[in-house]
Amino acid sequence: MPVLHLVSRSPRESQALACCLARAGASDAVLLSENGVYAALTTSEGDAPIRAALRQLGIYALKPDLEARGIASEELLEGVREIDYEGFVDLAVHYPLSHSWV
Amino acid sequence: MALRKNFLFILRRPPHGGIHAQESLDMILTAAAFEQPVRLLFLDDGVFQLKRNQKPAAIGLKHIAPIFEALELYDVEELWVEEESLRERGLAAEGLILPVRLIRRHNVAEFVGGQDIVVSC
Repeated sequence: MPVLHLVSRSPRESQALACCLARAGASDAVLLSENGVYAALTTSEGDAPIRAALRQLGIYALKPDLEARGIASEELLEGVREIDYEGFVDLAVHYPLSHSWV
Repeated sequence: MALRKNFLFILRRPPHGGIHAQESLDMILTAAAFEQPVRLLFLDDGVFQLKRNQKPAAIGLKHIAPIFEALELYDVEELWVEEESLRERGLAAEGLILPVRLIRRHNVAEFVGGQDIVVSC
């Protein structure tokens, strides 16, 4: 079964995203929430791993968390998909397994 | 016949940073006590939980090794450890408190995807 990976910490605060991307499968998806959404910033230093992952995986960022941090759609890495809470629920339904990289 | 689901607990934290490792073991033992098939997967700093010669009494904490050793009594016999996590930390399977099964990083996604319930610890 494909897995929905949940990352809620910034890539400079924690290794969670890097650890997640190193193990995510080709049919998996990653949802960035809370401070995890900073990884979706196009100007973010060290964004090479997430750029590489974007070629293979669905990467989603939670819109309310982006808005709260002043991150506009134009500032996101190309390919990152913004979703709202309803979209989060749809993802959780679509991916029966989820794993929080805490 | 009770409903059985395959549980996978993924342990990524080192042992003595708080009560986290203890709490994880409580969850694992609970799942196993209800006769659910339980597997553990140690990734990243989680592999330090299995390192030999830990003396947590030196910082006033309880030894977790006996709990891991007791897992077999609860039929938790599948302890999986990622080879790369061990190697990156200068550890080897021989330096661990229990015999483990090794898994390569590129096989982790498929392994995790094959479970019914995944719990991050």
